[in-house]
Amino acid sequence: MEVDILFKIAAIGIVISILSKVLDEAGRKEQAQMTTLAGVVIVLMMVIQLVSQLFYNVKTMFQLY
Amino acid sequence: MEIIQIVGLCVVTTILVVLLREDRPEIALQMSIVVGVIILLRMINQILAIVEYLRDLSLRANISNLYISTVFKIIGIAYIAEFGSQICKDAGSHSIASKIEFSAKVFILVLSFPVLMAVMDLIIKILP
Repeated sequence: MEVDILFKIAAIGIVISILSKVLDEAGRKEQAQMTTLAGVVIVLMMVIQLVSQLFYNVKTMFQLY
Repeated sequence: MEIIQIVGLCVVTTILVVLLREDRPEIALQMSIVVGVIILLRMINQILAIVEYLRDLSLRANISNLYISTVFKIIGIAYIAEFGSQICKDAGSHSIASKIEFSAKVFILVLSFPVLMAVMDLIIKILP
C-alpha cells in the first residue's frame, strides 16, 4: 500500500535531477536551485507523514507514552 | 511469502538509491528512510502477535505487569533509537548517531531503575 509512495519519491528525485541539469545548461542557476529545494521539500513532507505514522504505531505497540 | 516481497522491495529501492545518490543524495537518503518505514509497517501485525504471546505468557507465570511493560518500553526505545541512528550513519553523520544512542542509553537506564530496586529489595530480604 505504501510502495507507490516510494516510487513516487524516486520519480520526483529523477525529475528534479534532470530538471536542474537542464536549467543549469540553460544558464538559470538560481531556478535550478529553486527546483531542487522544492523537490526536497515535497519529498520531506511525504517522509515526515510516513515517519509520524511509524512512530505512532511503535508508541501504541510498546505502550511508550 | 512476505519475505520475498520485502527482499524484492529492498533490492529495487537500493538500486534506485544508488541511481539517485550521485546527483540527489538528499532524496536518496529520504528513500532509504521510507523503505525502512514501509517494511516496519508491514511487520507490525507479526510484532503485535509476539507482544500478545509474551504478555499472556507473563500473566500465566504471574510475573507482575511492571517488569513486562518496562521490558516492552525498553524494546520500543531501543528500536526507535536504532532506527534514527542507522539513518544518521547512512547519511554519514556519525556524531549525531552517537548522540541518539547516548540519549537512548540514558532513557533505558532511567526506565530500568525501578526493576533494579525491586531486585535489591528481594536480595536484602533473602539475606539473613
